[in-house]
Amino acid sequence: MTLTPQVPALVVLVPLLAGVVIGLVRHAGLAWLLASLASVTTFALTLALAARVQAEGVVIYAMGGWAAPTGIELRVDALNALVLALVAGMAAVIVPTSRASVAREVPADRHDQFYALVLLCVAGMLGVTATGDAFNLYVLIEISSLTAYALVALGRSRDRRALTASFQYLIMGSIGASFLLVGLGYLFLATGTLNMADMAVRLADLHGSTTVRTGVAFVIVGLSLKMALFPVHQWMADAYTYAPTSVTALMASTATKVGVYITIRFVYTIFGHELSFVIMPTDAFLLAFACLAIVVGSLQAIRQHDVRRLLAYSSVAQIGYLVLGLALGSALGLSGTLVHLLNHALVKGALFLAVGAVVYRQGGATMHELTGIARRMPLTAAAIAVGGLGLIGVPLTGGFVSKWYLVAGALEAGLWPVAVVVLVGSLLAVAYVLRLLQVVYFGEPGTVAPEPAGEAPASFWAPALLLLLGSVALGVSGQLTGGLIAAAAGALAGGAP
Amino acid sequence: MTHVSPELTLVIPLVGAVIIALLGRWPNAREAVTLACAAALLLAVGSLFPAVLEHGARPAWRGPEVLPGLGLVLEVEPLGLIYAGVAALLWLPNSLYSIGYMRGHHETNQTRFFACFALSIASAMGIAFSGNLFTLFVFYEALSLATFPLVTHHGTEKAQRAGRLYVGFLFGTSMVLMLLAIVWTWTLTGTVDFRAGGILGDVSPGLTAVLFGLFMLGSGKAAVMPFHFWLPSAMVAPTPVSALLHAVAVVKAGVFVVLKVSVYVFGVDTVASGVHHEWLLYLAAATILIASIVAMTKDDLKARLAYSTVGQLSYIVLGAALGNSLGVAGGGLHIAMHAFGKITLFFCAGAIYVAAHKTKVSELTGLGRRMPFTMLAFAVGALSIIGLPPLGGAWSKWYLGLATLEAGHAGLLVVLLISSLLNVAYLLPIPLKAFFLSPPAGDGAHGGADEGIHEAPLPCLIALGLTALGSVALFFWPDLLLRLVTEVAPLGS
Repeated sequence: MTLTPQVPALVVLVPLLAGVVIGLVRHAGLAWLLASLASVTTFALTLALAARVQAEGVVIYAMGGWAAPTGIELRVDALNALVLALVAGMAAVIVPTSRASVAREVPADRHDQFYALVLLCVAGMLGVTATGDAFNLYVLIEISSLTAYALVALGRSRDRRALTASFQYLIMGSIGASFLLVGLGYLFLATGTLNMADMAVRLADLHGSTTVRTGVAFVIVGLSLKMALFPVHQWMADAYTYAPTSVTALMASTATKVGVYITIRFVYTIFGHELSFVIMPTDAFLLAFACLAIVVGSLQAIRQHDVRRLLAYSSVAQIGYLVLGLALGSALGLSGTLVHLLNHALVKGALFLAVGAVVYRQGGATMHELTGIARRMPLTAAAIAVGGLGLIGVPLTGGFVSKWYLVAGALEAGLWPVAVVVLVGSLLAVAYVLRLLQVVYFGEPGTVAPEPAGEAPASFWAPALLLLLGSVALGVSGQLTGGLIAAAAGALAGGAP
Repeated sequence: MTHVSPELTLVIPLVGAVIIALLGRWPNAREAVTLACAAALLLAVGSLFPAVLEHGARPAWRGPEVLPGLGLVLEVEPLGLIYAGVAALLWLPNSLYSIGYMRGHHETNQTRFFACFALSIASAMGIAFSGNLFTLFVFYEALSLATFPLVTHHGTEKAQRAGRLYVGFLFGTSMVLMLLAIVWTWTLTGTVDFRAGGILGDVSPGLTAVLFGLFMLGSGKAAVMPFHFWLPSAMVAPTPVSALLHAVAVVKAGVFVVLKVSVYVFGVDTVASGVHHEWLLYLAAATILIASIVAMTKDDLKARLAYSTVGQLSYIVLGAALGNSLGVAGGGLHIAMHAFGKITLFFCAGAIYVAAHKTKVSELTGLGRRMPFTMLAFAVGALSIIGLPPLGGAWSKWYLGLATLEAGHAGLLVVLLISSLLNVAYLLPIPLKAFFLSPPAGDGAHGGADEGIHEAPLPCLIALGLTALGSVALFFWPDLLLRLVTEVAPLGS
């Protein structure tokens, strides 16, 4: 028997089972080792799966051998193969290198729990991305969310406010999940199926149904909460600030991206262009809040003193870009979203890793602790600098390519004010990034906080620089982005759910 | 005649910047690298002149594509050669001057200074030789970033405020207006290449006018009012940085973009045909007059020179907006002429500061006796800015004057003449008072208050002597520049 046909299932099962096993080992070092092995294996599996999708087209896998309408199926096309590889890839970079950071921020007797939760969370996100079943999607979202609440709470030994942050996250996340569940319920009532592909076919005849429209509205609102789209983004700022830094690095680069992916999936493949954009005003709704997210998120980022909070508000703005591109409803806009999805994951992951290095050396990550660290921690500072430039979207980073697509998409749609919002957003990013870089590079070390003893271990800056290399590669190689555009066009055509 | 490949003009200063950064602990070796790079760059750019002029070659280099059909492209053309030639030619005296100034003044962070300076030159080369709007934008932004640490060099609260204004205005205009215009051009025409005659042939006149406004105002480095505030506030930086900003690279990048976009994106005829483009003429004229008047009120020498620059830059914008060959020629010439004149003035201002610690115009009375060489060079620079023979500035103002008449805007000729009078009023009294009035009486104990003041360090004097001579040389031998501008905009038909 060969395992090759089982790869789509293994992508989810390996981290899931590893999470359960790690929960039983009760040994910090062993837990870390197992988690690292599992996350690297999972990444390799997602790459194999992506190669297969590229060769064969859509890969469909019936869980337990039960065929589609009855059983649950996994459906992987170019779009979610990419997101799977992104999530698993970020985990494969962040989990193995997290040991020093976790040792500093999480009590030693909790390390097994920590790694078990991380892997379960990753398994949940991968499942959400791979599944072709709407109810299964809801269950897996809850798995990744519940573990995320717990992971945020593990930051409590460093700062008790992690508990309130976790609680707030739980409340908002649960409200979002309820909206989603109600929405899915309506859609199930109207169509009689939970299989996404089936649902898409049946919805085509039900555009007039009030039940369907209500369902669409509930799903969109629920997903907005899960994505932390303005104005329901507040939970994210606290969660990112108080969670252990490696958790923040992982979540900032994956969780919101998965949320955006599901939104693309619902809006484009399940609802379809007509239901989403012609019958329902999803585009206007999402565009309006995306623009607000960009402007308000960036403005709030400028005012922050704690760098993790600054980056969290920057994420609020970046989610605005992601949603803006998908709400434009065009190939250009969706290309922008996909390039940005990848680029922002790489950049934000790298930035939070670099911030983790500062927390490791300095015990905190406010502007005070970052003052003048460039002298003693040049590599960490370099990661912050390059990452910051990537957030702005300066040319030759992936951020510029996505910005280009978003602006072009907005102009193509005749929405020049939206194009201006995108550009003003990157101008505001200049403000908060330069403020950060001024502190890091030109601040007088030792004046407001002790100077760091030296550079952080390579396990902090090396993965950060590696991720940034990826962002720069996205920015200079048209071939890389060309592949993404093909995926975008595929999703737009609605070929596969 | 062989010539170098255009990307080498970027590689030389880039590699130089890296070596400079590594040599921080050995200042003499570090400065030797700066000078060697400046000399090498001068040779490299120099080798391009005969290729372009005598063989009609357009040496090009194609870099990676970041999007299908959108990539880094360098292509040498005459207008860019003027800008690159000015920057390369002035880097050498400016480096010499920087060494004298930074050491004479015991400045800190000199390694950062010289490294960022080399990066700025590399960016300037990228702007000069950009083959499309995307490449232009990339290096335009790189120049803003590379010069930011130079503007905030002192790290004081005032320097940081200047830095915020600097990036605020420059990124604000380029990222919001210019980038919007570039992407818009791309969505409308499918290309961002520079082509003789322009690329906007099929775009409606109304939209062309919108794009024109976005491009012209988006080039914030041209300091057209009201986007000029960053320039006077950046005066807080060390004087060699002011020279870089005002003469070598930065503001020249702004007006170069204005000229290049007018010629190669819109086309001279398109600019001339649109009534929607005339506002730029009046904005430029207003900037010329207002800036000159403000300059007269400034007692701080560097602030006076800064406002003078704001006014002079709009001459070039005016040349582009007139929409005829004479205007483009005058604008192109003025890039070089103003650069040599203004760098001389800034070198003198810095020399006075280093040697005499004076920053106010009112303090310079009688200083000509102590610093005759410096004040003589100042007079030469001032006359070139005013546009009097036998100095280079006369040529560009001559062509711009002819251009206003050809375009049928005699009123603008009057503006140019008034401005020249204003230039006389705010520049010439400085050397005249320095030479012909006696210094203020001292407190009696030490004789004159200027007792003990000598000329600035030798590297500074060599540098300002060279640039002053350059201004004179440009009057007697303008042929090279004239041939370059006629390649872009054929004159006299």
